[in-house]
Amino acid sequence: MKNGFRQSMAWLHTWTGLLLGWLLFAIFVTGTSSYFQEEITAWMTPEVRSIPADAPTSFAAATRWLEREAPGASEWSVSSAGKRAAGLQLYWVNGPDAPADAPTDARLDGAGRKADARETRGGDFLYRFHYNLHYINWYWARWIVGIAAMAMLVAIFSGIVTHKKIIADFFLLRLGKGQRSWLDAHNVSSVLFLPFILMITYTGLVSLATHYMPWGIAANYADEQKFFDTTFPWPAPAEKAGPAPLTAVAPLVERAERTWGAGAGSVRILNPGDRTAQVIVSTAPDANMSVRPRSLTFDGVTGKLVSAHNPSGAATATEGTMIGLHAGRFASSVLRTLYFLSGLAGCIMVASGLILWTVKRRAKLADPDRPHFGFRLVEKLNIGAIAGLPFAMAIYFLANRLLPVEGAGRSDREIAAFFIAWGAVFVWAAARPSARAWVEALAAVAMSFALVPVVNAFTTDRSLVTSLIAGDWVFAGFDTAMLVIAAGFGWAASKVLRRSASPRTTSGKRPARSPSAEAA
Amino acid sequence: MSRAVEILHGAAWRDVAARALAAVPLNYAVTSALTMLIARILPGGAQQASVGATLLSFLIFAGVAMTAFAVRSVSWLWAGLIATGVAAGLADWCFIAWGGRL
Repeated sequence: MKNGFRQSMAWLHTWTGLLLGWLLFAIFVTGTSSYFQEEITAWMTPEVRSIPADAPTSFAAATRWLEREAPGASEWSVSSAGKRAAGLQLYWVNGPDAPADAPTDARLDGAGRKADARETRGGDFLYRFHYNLHYINWYWARWIVGIAAMAMLVAIFSGIVTHKKIIADFFLLRLGKGQRSWLDAHNVSSVLFLPFILMITYTGLVSLATHYMPWGIAANYADEQKFFDTTFPWPAPAEKAGPAPLTAVAPLVERAERTWGAGAGSVRILNPGDRTAQVIVSTAPDANMSVRPRSLTFDGVTGKLVSAHNPSGAATATEGTMIGLHAGRFASSVLRTLYFLSGLAGCIMVASGLILWTVKRRAKLADPDRPHFGFRLVEKLNIGAIAGLPFAMAIYFLANRLLPVEGAGRSDREIAAFFIAWGAVFVWAAARPSARAWVEALAAVAMSFALVPVVNAFTTDRSLVTSLIAGDWVFAGFDTAMLVIAAGFGWAASKVLRRSASPRTTSGKRPARSPSAEAA
Repeated sequence: MSRAVEILHGAAWRDVAARALAAVPLNYAVTSALTMLIARILPGGAQQASVGATLLSFLIFAGVAMTAFAVRSVSWLWAGLIATGVAAGLADWCFIAWGGRL
């Protein structure tokens, strides 16, 4: 472009950032919450208490449960989301004799008892939303998210180029100075956390790489399925050959864990109780940095090792580690907190960038009291996105406690509450003057988050005080986090309130300065 | 009105549209052709090469997208991208025609 490389990059940064900023903010916020996905699910299913003991015992208990409840099945699958997950998830494929409406899944606690929890999608909903969105086809949703992520990558690279003083901005945060402060906030959050933000964007694209860029596979495989079959082997059960007792599962899990020096995360049993039975034990999702699991296949009658799958190769290791870095399942609690804080910095980067767009242009408006349509639209969308999504999340948590525990479609109603709350903020922002709408929406977010621990205390026997006394760090941590978030939004609301109460202080400075400029 | 909106009048609109078309759809086609080529060239077997090329594709796409808004001449941009895409596509076709696929 005419204006030179740096200006054209600045232009690109501004407009790709604005166009996809709202969606990116939603992806960043829900994605950041997913670092505590298991904890959110645990909090949203207060009925489940025990966390699985050691893998061999809990997998064996789950197998005994399946032997009782799904004896004729052609396949059982028992999986754990890792050490932090409450309970085990079971799936099975019923045999031909089972009625058509027979159940095919269940959740067990670590002792092998069926967990009778309220129906909820828990943290999984927020996690899926951050790349599948909701209410729309996942195939196109992933494309929309991918386009936003690619725009982000381009915005980051062009932002780096635009930057003249990247080192100086490391240490520069001037507060209470209007536009300058928003620019500083945008720069500090993005420059200080640049390695994280660059990593999370690129690895996010890599997580869904074959969805966006299937041509690397197409170059070598006429049939895509062949690639996936070699990369992710998933044997089907053989033809049944007559009954034979299933070997004990616990020793196989123990042996697998000894072989890997890492925890087991899932056990898949093909044709249980048949002569052709096979037991496939795979590594846990939090056992390694790479997300690609290793697995051992055992004969289901004799317990002998049949085969081992160990994904190797430089590209696979790189890809698996990149996705592992993105999801952070391997992270200890300290690293997990750092992940969460870095994610928050990403949210602040996107939000401050969006706000900066309006702050920068407000000063140049011909008539600040009646801004043009585009300006007002961005302002309203900013409120709906930046205050609306946190509000929706708080309402999602509140709905989990306040909706009747029994009843079909409960999890869908929780999700409906989430989107109704989000939509309400957009409507509110459109109906009210922007400055007022900001204060009111931020205050509503603060209040709804503050309500979460209160409602929890009244609707369950696991209040913040009880959890603290019992040393239940998941519940105590969740409730405390709600209060901290509430305080943060309350502080933001009071800042905006003070600013809009004296709107002439910032614009009042300019006329004072311009006469002197004219005089000079 | 902001300066960024002002520069989008008349010829500037066409300039931005031509760059955006080059930066997104044309870029995707060229990046796809290059990714296929890399997947045929990288060592370590078909599966590893395919994965490796796919990992690199996002870097190529981002680089081309930035270039589209950085170079001076829009016509050279289009010519360069089309030439690259056609050359890579021809090489892909030769590799597959003679080397076959799994």
